[in-house]
Amino acid sequence: MIHEYTVAAAAGIVLAVLLELLVLRTGLFRDPRYWITLAIVAAFQLLVNGVLTCPPIVSYNPTEILGPRIACAPIEDLGFGFAMVTTTIALWRRAAA
Amino acid sequence: MFGRATYLVLMAACLLVTLPLELVLKAGVYRRPRRWLAALVPVFLAFSLWDWLAIRRGHWTYSPRYTTGIVLLGLPLEELVFFVVVPTCALLTYQAVARLLPSPDRRGVPR
Repeated sequence: MIHEYTVAAAAGIVLAVLLELLVLRTGLFRDPRYWITLAIVAAFQLLVNGVLTCPPIVSYNPTEILGPRIACAPIEDLGFGFAMVTTTIALWRRAAA
Repeated sequence: MFGRATYLVLMAACLLVTLPLELVLKAGVYRRPRRWLAALVPVFLAFSLWDWLAIRRGHWTYSPRYTTGIVLLGLPLEELVFFVVVPTCALLTYQAVARLLPSPDRRGVPR
């Protein structure tokens, strides 16, 4: 009954936000350059995700996702991508300090 | 079209498409290897672990038609490449945006 990827993706979003706000504290979420980057990356993510999930190269277990898909990929992938990209940029900014 | 190399070709395309951000817009990601690794290594480890767990829990599977079949540390080679390439593309994008837009802290230097 529990969609595990849905839960994992939601946890990934929360953990990435908490990591920035409580640990790395780079001011990422107040920087418009981050949000612009996120929008650009999201657009390309839909493209790459489409290539990965439409043929499909990667297949998702329907019991572990909610169901809605964008460019063939489950919406959970957006959470996965957000967590990965946010953590990467936060660490990059932190490494400069 | 690319058979079992398809996934790897997609990753190579990502690197190729973002290369001008470094060469033309002077993103300065590849030129800062230590800082690059400082961001990349924790992300690579954390998300490879997520992938490893998700594969074992049956969240997703990989088509043998479009992947090499090479497995390293319990993960398809392509996935390990993905966790290097995609964060790198994100950093190149961020740095390019930072080069083109003034820093909100008015120092003007991309962090």
